Amino acid sequence: MTPSLIALSVIAGIVVVASVVGFYAGTRHRMDLEQWTVGGRGFGLLLVWLLMAGEVYTTFTFLGASGWAYSRGGPALYILAYMPLAYVLSFFILPPIWEVGRKYRLQTQADFFQLRYGSKALSAFVALVGVVFIIPYLQLQLVGLGIIVEVSSFGGIHRAPAMIIAFAIVAAFVFTSGVRGVAWVSVIKDFLLLFAAVFIGIAVPYMYFGGIGKMFAAVIHARPTHLVMPGTTKNLGHTWYISTVLLTSLGFYMWPQAFGSSFTAKSGDTLRRNAVVMPLYGITMPLMLFVGFGALLVLPNLANGDLSLLTIVRKTFPAWFLGLVGGAGALTAMVPAAIQILTAATLFAKNLWRPLFAPQMSDQQVATLARITVLAITAIALVFAVYSSLTIVSLLLLGYAGVTQFFPGIVLGLFSRRVRGPAVFSGIVAGISTVTLLMLTQRDPWMGWNAGFAALCLNFAVVAAVSLVQRTRPTEDANVFATKASAI
Amino acid sequence: MKRPSVGAVFFGLVPFVAVCFSVSLWDRINPIILGLPFNFFWLILWLLLTPICLWAAYRIEMRAGNIASEKKATH
Repeated sequence: MTPSLIALSVIAGIVVVASVVGFYAGTRHRMDLEQWTVGGRGFGLLLVWLLMAGEVYTTFTFLGASGWAYSRGGPALYILAYMPLAYVLSFFILPPIWEVGRKYRLQTQADFFQLRYGSKALSAFVALVGVVFIIPYLQLQLVGLGIIVEVSSFGGIHRAPAMIIAFAIVAAFVFTSGVRGVAWVSVIKDFLLLFAAVFIGIAVPYMYFGGIGKMFAAVIHARPTHLVMPGTTKNLGHTWYISTVLLTSLGFYMWPQAFGSSFTAKSGDTLRRNAVVMPLYGITMPLMLFVGFGALLVLPNLANGDLSLLTIVRKTFPAWFLGLVGGAGALTAMVPAAIQILTAATLFAKNLWRPLFAPQMSDQQVATLARITVLAITAIALVFAVYSSLTIVSLLLLGYAGVTQFFPGIVLGLFSRRVRGPAVFSGIVAGISTVTLLMLTQRDPWMGWNAGFAALCLNFAVVAAVSLVQRTRPTEDANVFATKASAI
Repeated sequence: MKRPSVGAVFFGLVPFVAVCFSVSLWDRINPIILGLPFNFFWLILWLLLTPICLWAAYRIEMRAGNIASEKKATH
């Protein structure tokens, strides 16, 4: 057997085993809309932890982080900072979100907006923005899968056909299993990824340099400025760092799929305790960056930094091990992709299509429409993935610039009794238009600031201004959610 | 919604100051600690210290009654 055949067979084996587990876990429960989207709301600490880790540790962690360490250097440090801060924020906002979600049986992020602000138009708009900005995140998973197959086949299979095969599997997987199947595949994926990350992150520096400290000494000697900001870039300095860390940590749970996953928990306290321990799981992140730095000296001339982790694994280890790492990487792309597709499809069917075009649809029909939407959304992301050349991290930051615009509406919605729908609506419109304008005119970063963060500041300012102009009074009932409950 | 207590928010802000706003103080290579450039050492250290801050916040919230009252409401 040739090395590429061995590697690809191991990857295929891992994907097949994981898919069987997913199908099996999914088919044991009757699939209504509630079960398909929020797993019947019965997940304990362990399953919630796995589900959340499953969507957090994505291709971005595995290939993107090492890719930026390789190609950008110092700016990749933002990845180590935003993750613990995101959990700090989740400690404060997820338990109240869960509480509202359970009380009023919310299934999606747009449901939350509908309940709090009592506006179908706002809720549909939030659903639309959510679906649009999930697409780059999905695209990123596809790009990752493509890279895995391309490198593991030693260039024999091109990225585009590889992506098509991989996503046919993901779509089929989402179709039959829903959120419960996804959570159980996460178990397999987390063990594999943890093993692969720790092993590669330690072995690569030891085999080529004699240790992590010696590797850093070599990098400092060869590229003295690579390890501090702005690294190899011109405009990713400290202002960019602060604004990007804030954007991504505030935005972490604004992703519709991350927001929705809090509804799967059994209690709000599960989420709070989860937040306390989650930063520890981030300990694998520095190891991914180390691999990128090692690759920089061992393989200095790669065309694309995102290839660095797998290329150095291929150069260093036997083919079966490359297959194991590739298989872990494939699940790392498939699990989050499945959750993202599931969320986007539900948002589209439940919060956009039904309220606007077909109010008489039953829950069962919504579930069917959501499954059809799965195919459409997957196809759109696939088209973008084939034609785009953005790096994995850049795709993720694009998505964050969009979804973080929900932050004022959600956090003020929870803790302020004064803010109303029109103010939130205007804020999101201002934020999204600013992001679109700055990105399309190539102005990210804008005057040193992350464009998404600049847009978020404007968003907040608009919410404050509209609230002032409207002279809104605080609602009389202390429970801001009680008055509109009948609207859901 | 009931807002979190001031003490808990304080412990939540500590990691933000440590790993975000103070970047220009620690984004440098020297001193090298445990073989790591100082900026890497600092951020890895805070992966370990952030759970301690959140644990402190958890204790404060529990004492303020924000956690116990929720448990009563859900069971």
